[in-house]
Order: sequence, then C-alpha cells, then structure tokens
Amino acid sequence: MENRAKSSQLLFTSSDWNFDDLSRAYEAIKEIAVDELRLDFYPNQIEVISSEQMLDAYSSIGMPLMYQHWSFGKHFVHESNLYRKGRMGLAYELVINSNPCITYLMEENTMALQTLVIAHASFGHNHFFKNNYLFQQWTDAGAILAYMEFAKSYIARCEERYGPAAVEAVLDAAHSLMPQAVFRYRRRPRLSVEREQARIRERLEHEERTFSDLWRTLPQAPEAEAPRGVETDMSERQSAIEYPEENLLYFLEKYSPVLKSWQREILRIVRVIAQYFYPQRQTKVMNEGCATFTHYTIMNRLFDKGQISEGTMLEVLQNHSNVVFQPSFDDPRYGGLNPYTLGFNMMRDIQRICTEPTAEDRDWFPDFAGNGDWCGTLLDAWATHRDESFIRQFLSPALIRDMRLFSLQEEASDPYYEVTAIHDERGYERVRSRLADNYDVGVTQPDIQAVDADLKGDRKLRIKHTVHHGTTLQEDTRNETLRYIQRLWGHEVSMVGIDGTTDKTLYEVSTKDLGEKT
Amino acid sequence: MPNFIDRRLNPKDKSLGNRQRFLRRARDELKRAINDRVRSGKIETADQDQIIPIPRKGIGEPTFQRAPHTGRREEVLPGNKTFGTGDRIPRPAAGGGKGSDPSSSGDGEDDFQFVLSREEVLDLFFEDLELPDLVKHNLKEVVTFRPRRAGYTMSGNPTSISVGRTMFNSFGRRIALRRPKQAEIDDLAAELKKLEGERRPSAATLQRIMVLREDLATLARRRKLIPYIDPIDIRFNRFEPQPVPNANAVMFCLMDVSGSMGEREKDLAKRFFVLLHLFLKRRYEKTDIVFIRHTHEASEVDEDTFFYSTQSGGTVVSTALEEMLRVIRERYPSKDWNIYAAQASDGDNIPNDSERCVSILDKTLMRLCQYYAYVEIIDERESEMFRHADNGTSLWNAYREVGAEWPNFAMTRIAKPSDIYPVFHELFAKAPAPAKRG
Repeated sequence: MENRAKSSQLLFTSSDWNFDDLSRAYEAIKEIAVDELRLDFYPNQIEVISSEQMLDAYSSIGMPLMYQHWSFGKHFVHESNLYRKGRMGLAYELVINSNPCITYLMEENTMALQTLVIAHASFGHNHFFKNNYLFQQWTDAGAILAYMEFAKSYIARCEERYGPAAVEAVLDAAHSLMPQAVFRYRRRPRLSVEREQARIRERLEHEERTFSDLWRTLPQAPEAEAPRGVETDMSERQSAIEYPEENLLYFLEKYSPVLKSWQREILRIVRVIAQYFYPQRQTKVMNEGCATFTHYTIMNRLFDKGQISEGTMLEVLQNHSNVVFQPSFDDPRYGGLNPYTLGFNMMRDIQRICTEPTAEDRDWFPDFAGNGDWCGTLLDAWATHRDESFIRQFLSPALIRDMRLFSLQEEASDPYYEVTAIHDERGYERVRSRLADNYDVGVTQPDIQAVDADLKGDRKLRIKHTVHHGTTLQEDTRNETLRYIQRLWGHEVSMVGIDGTTDKTLYEVSTKDLGEKT
Repeated sequence: MPNFIDRRLNPKDKSLGNRQRFLRRARDELKRAINDRVRSGKIETADQDQIIPIPRKGIGEPTFQRAPHTGRREEVLPGNKTFGTGDRIPRPAAGGGKGSDPSSSGDGEDDFQFVLSREEVLDLFFEDLELPDLVKHNLKEVVTFRPRRAGYTMSGNPTSISVGRTMFNSFGRRIALRRPKQAEIDDLAAELKKLEGERRPSAATLQRIMVLREDLATLARRRKLIPYIDPIDIRFNRFEPQPVPNANAVMFCLMDVSGSMGEREKDLAKRFFVLLHLFLKRRYEKTDIVFIRHTHEASEVDEDTFFYSTQSGGTVVSTALEEMLRVIRERYPSKDWNIYAAQASDGDNIPNDSERCVSILDKTLMRLCQYYAYVEIIDERESEMFRHADNGTSLWNAYREVGAEWPNFAMTRIAKPSDIYPVFHELFAKAPAPAKRG
C-alpha cells in the first residue's frame, strides 16, 4: 500500500523522456524553486535539439541566431572532429540569457538527465541572469534575440551589396579586437532594436532613393570643394575624441578616417555582442556555481519528497559528481580550477556557515555566520557579486583546507616557482586574495588603450599597453592584431608598452615596420 | 507551464555556410599543401584520398594575448600535498612544459586536418595547372563498352531471340484472332467419326455430317491463315553498349638524367608525368608505368631512382628508345596493351643520334604507340628565343619530322609549371575521341 502510494508520486518511471514527463517534472521543480529557494526567473522556453544542432549552436558562440563567418565554421569542424573521435562530450544543455530564457536540451539525454538540466539551466542560470547586477546593468535580455536577428540580416545584406570578401575583412579585424571592445565603467546605451533598425533602414533607403547613375558621369569640377568637406569633418571628429579610450572597437568605429558607414555598423554589431558576453566572462564561477547548487538542492528535495526514484537519483548524482570533478594540480587531467567545483563548493560552504558555523567561521564571517537563512544570504550574494568580489568575500578557511589550495608564484627571471601560501593560518588571506585576482578581468586582461590620433596630420594612431608585473604580449598575435587595427584605421598604427610602475618604455612597435602580411 | 519546443526536425546544417566559408578560406593553404605533396610524394599516390593538415597561418584568429612565462604572476592551484610556504619547485624543462597556461590552448588547433577525396585533390591540383573544365570532364570519362540487356527489339540476330517474349506475343495474337484450338478440332473430328460410323444414318445425321465437315474445313483453313507463330510476334533481346573502363595501358616515362637536367627540370618533368599518369589511370583499369632513364646508356629503373638518383654522362637518346622497344617486345604486346609514352629531355643529344631516333620512331615505335609525347624542358630565359617552333635543339628539329608524319605524336616545350597544361590540351584534342574503341 505504502509502495503504491510512493510510486504514484513518482514524476516518471521510464528512462526515456517524453513531453508529458518533461512538463510534470518542470512543474515539480518550479514548485521547489519558487517556494523553497525563492528563485526569481524569466519565463522559460525549453527546446529539444539533436547533437548535430548542438554542435551548430556551440560553434556560433552559443547564440541561436548568428551572422555567418568562417571562424564559426572552423570551430564547428574542430569541435565535431573532437566529438566524433570521442575526445569531447557535448554539454547536456545550452542556455541563453534572453527573455524568455531559452534552454536547449539534447534529445539523447535520459529523463533523469533532462530533469537535472532543467533544474540547472532553466532555474539556476535563469535566476542568475535575471538577478545578477552585472547582467542587469550590461545586458538587455529582452532585446538580444531581436538584435541578433537584425545583426544577422544586416550582415547578410552587406555581403550582398559589398561582397562577402569585403565584409569578411572587416569582421576578421573586428573579431580580433573583441576582448578590447567593452566599456567597463560607462553604462552602455540601452538597446532599442526597433529604433536601430529603423535608423539603418532609413539611411539605406535614402541612399537608394537618391542614387542616380548620372552623377557618376558628371565632370569632376567641384574637386576643390570635396577635401574641404573632409577637412571640416575630420576636425569635428578630432575635437570629439576623448582620450584615453580602452574600447578600441568603439574608438575605431567612431573616429576611423577610412571606414564607410556600413563598416562602422558592423564594428558596432561586434562590439554589442562583445559587451553582451562581458558579464558572463566575469561571473563564470558564480554562474555555474549558482546553477550547480540549484540543481543539487532541487534534485535532493525531489528525492526527499519521493518524486524521483533511487535509480534516477543515482544517475543524477553520478552526473553531478562528474560535473564538479576537480583533479589535483599534478594530475594529468588538470586543466585549471573547475568553475563548477569552486562555485558549488563555495555555495555549499555558505549554506553550512549559515546553519552550523564553527568558531572560526564566526570569526571570519561575523555578519552571516549562524544566521540560519542560507537561502537569503545566497540570493543576496548572487545578485550583488561577480567572481572576483565573491571569492574575496566568501572563500572560507574551511574550504581552502578542503580543496588544499595553495598559491604558486612564477617570476620569469627565476629558475624556480615559489609556493607563497598554503592552507594554514598565515596563508588563508593570501590564497583568497590571489584567487580573487585571478578572476579579475581587470588583472587578467592586458591594459590597452588608444591614447592619441592626429586626424588632421599624419593620422597615426597611437596605442598604449600598460604592462603590469612585467607580463608582456605574445609577439606574433600582437603584430597580427595590430595589422588588423591598421586595416580598420587605414593609416599607421603604433603600439608602445609602458611599465606600469616605472613608466619605462618596454617596447615599441609600428605597423610601418611590420611590413606586409606574409 | 513552460514553453516546450521540439526543434529536432529543424534543418540541421545551420553552420553549412560557415563551413563553406572556412573551406574557401583554407583553400589556398590546401592547394599549396597538395602541390608540395605531389611534388615530394610518389606519383602513384597523387590521386588518392589525402589527409592534409593545414597550418594555422591564414585561419588564425589573433587577439592581444599575454605572453606565457613573462613577468611575475601568482596562480592558485588545488590539491596541495606536501608543499609548505616558501618551498621552491624547479622550473620544468622547456620540453616538458606544464601546458596549463591558458594561452597555450590555441595549440590544439594545430591538428586541423582535412580529408580530401581524390576528386577534390584532383580539382585542386588541376586548378593550379589551369586545366579547363572541358579537359577535366574528359578525364573523368571511360572508354570501352560492354553489352548490357536493355529491353526488346523487333530485329536482331537469331541467337538473341527472346523465346518467352515471342511466345507471349503469339499467345495474345492467337487469342485475339480466335485461332481454332486443337481440342476444338479434335471434338468435331470425333463427333464426325462417330456419326459417319453409324450404319443407317438418318437425314438429320447426314445433315449434321455435312455441317461438321464444313466446320472442320473452315477451322483447318483458319488455322492455316493464323499461324502459331507469326514473324510479327518475334522479339529479340536488345543490348546496349555500356561504358566500362578499358583494359590495359602502359606508360613509358623516358627521361634524360644527364648532367644538364637539374632539380627544376626534373620537377617539371615529374609534374608532367603525374598528370599523364592520372589521365591514364582514369581511363584504364590498370596502368603500368615503366620508367626508363638514360644518359649515354638507358636502363629501366624504379620510381625513386628515376627521379632522385643522379647519374651523369653523355647523352644518347636513342638508347632509351631501344630500351623501350625491348620492354614492349618482352612484356607488352601491342595487341593487348595501349601503349603511351612520354619523353622528357632538355633537348641535348650527341650529333647524329637524333637521326637514329627518328628512324626508330618512324619504323617501329610510332606504329606500336597510342600516343607519344615529347616534352622539351627549357630555361625560362630561353623560352622567348625558342618561341617559334623552327628554332630548337638538334633533337627538337629532328622530332619535327616525326610530328609531321604521325598524328599521334605531340611535342611541346615547357619552361614553367603552367606550361604543362597546353600539352594536355593537345593530348585530348588529338587522341581518338573517347567514344567507342573496339
């Protein structure tokens, strides 16, 4: 009798999934997510796709709509090679920060896995996208899909009008500057796709309406006037420039003396996409941690309530432990800290500190240790932190001991590495702050700014690289990238590396000396 | 209630356009790789599937990246076992680098490999040689034909009569024209016999006998008029010639390897031989290649020796022709083999030998060969001087006589790789049309 009651509560029994089971599982998960975890999320849209489609989505940086470019094809070939050789498994899901939030499920997944993935992506990631301050500030979930639609058709139209080769040339160069294409401090202007589209359309239509082949046949009499027009245009631009500018793509879009308006528009599109992904780069640990913690908590609750069977739970746990597997630094499988592990461990640790703190925890986290409200503490952390600040504030000595973290210093001039801190009383602070630094994009990204351009004179663009801790740039990729900048700027581009502390010039390189691309 | 959407039936190849763009981008690299390969590889493998690794140049996506192992950095790692603060770990040797540096992840792209089918390899290879599409098309054709059943026909020779079909037609015709059946006649005949056998036939019986006799006569007449098998019933099996690859071909590669042939000359000669070989291989099931090299004496050698060994000495071209003649007599009777020959030389020959070559060609070789191509490899600077066919080396001048007499003899000069194509154009223009041959 009891058995039957229990089995009737099960959300599903077969390991194959179907849409009825999926929506029953979804409702059960939602109940826990809303009532117990107090999550707040965008409406969900769940799409089932095949592995081939998953590879497609992978190669276009996870966006469901993307303009066409050879580099996406390259990634596709690369990834499908790996996949076919069995060297890489596909992610079980892909989730897009949009409103409604789109989650892709792979059709090959079992029902247990689909449940896990829904909890992970449609609730964990979704909550994070909607509530984290960086996403709120920098991305516009409601507009992104429409914007991508616009970007795709705009670039396709450009290819028709100006030829794929010309568009590819601009995109190649723009892609190489993507990491330098974000505003880190200024609020980005709100996207309004409709306005954007209307603006472009009007401009194109105006050009088409006023186009007359006759003009071409006119003698070039007003030759003298044209340069004056250009001249005033240039001086207007010159006076508008603000130095220094670290968003190089923005700088080129606005002030490049050679770009045509469609080329500027393409730069803008690439820039908008880079800006859209900027928060994701800064919150990898938190985002994955949040999603992993959510699925772990929800699946356990489902099991406690008797809604999933032991077999399902076993499968879930096996997958969960694969996801949070962290090999040691000396393991051949080691490839850096696993963001899933770090995030998940930290959040579980916060839960522990809130409910059953030790004396040490009370010492380190007086403001929330033992407050009992782990859920509220986590919700607050998810909303108001990025990786760097999250680690700086919440990484506890207990977890440092648990993961046996240690920090290793490498000085280029020394023939050895030095262990600077381990999991002991003296080392906690240092490990924590170094780890936080490693997740600070301000530290990990090279500091590169446009500092001077003389639009009226030789039009040379000067770029300054402030070198911190002596870490320079790889020369071959640096030179290639400079060539790309020159392509967009149209004139000489020079780059100077200045040591951040001593102001000494470390290197200077100009596209003039680089010569033609070999 | 969430919004579930089943996208599995959506078109799959969303990234097809991207992949094509990528291939276009990588094309130049591929072409270069194939040319290198054909030049350095074995002739026989030139038109097999190839795995071509392409270097990152041209398909790289550069960004500003921090150089590994410069400056000072501090990293946090998990899983400490024995380290204490202040421990020093010797830097690993450069070869056994840790590879944990994030910026080295680009190395994974080194093993980008394409598997090209032989069609693609040939396309790329021919493209470089500026072969027109027409020629490519010819290359892909096949030459001999084998009969294949293809329905029925009204005419033909008696051995190919289709009995089944013929009987089928005759049966239909017999039914349609109501040819009397044997059983019908037998019935009437039996009845007649019975009536005739009566001792005292009544008037009705006599009447009946009359009718029966008449009927029988009618039936017999009908049977005669409507034959069991009429010529119009007869059908023959129809055969259509189906193209099949021709049987055997042998190509003789004759090359002058005397001191005057340098690397450049040999490279051009090799490219020429590769193409000729491809052509033959596509037309015939089996192509043998015989390599003959000569200085002042000729010998049959294997491929490696042919291209790579250096041997020096004087130049007596006729020795190579004699060697070829010997091999043909020994192994390749001309009635079983299509014999092709290509000769590459820089045109030098000792005095008086050129006449001897002409007489060998004229008297025997040209009768045996399907096609004979002579390629003279000249210096690029000389190509201007030798633009007119009238001027040339002694061998060239002598061969012109042969060329005048034999339509299947072609001679050309090559100064650079792109010159090779006209030779093939001539080859296809002059060779018997790729229609029926025997």
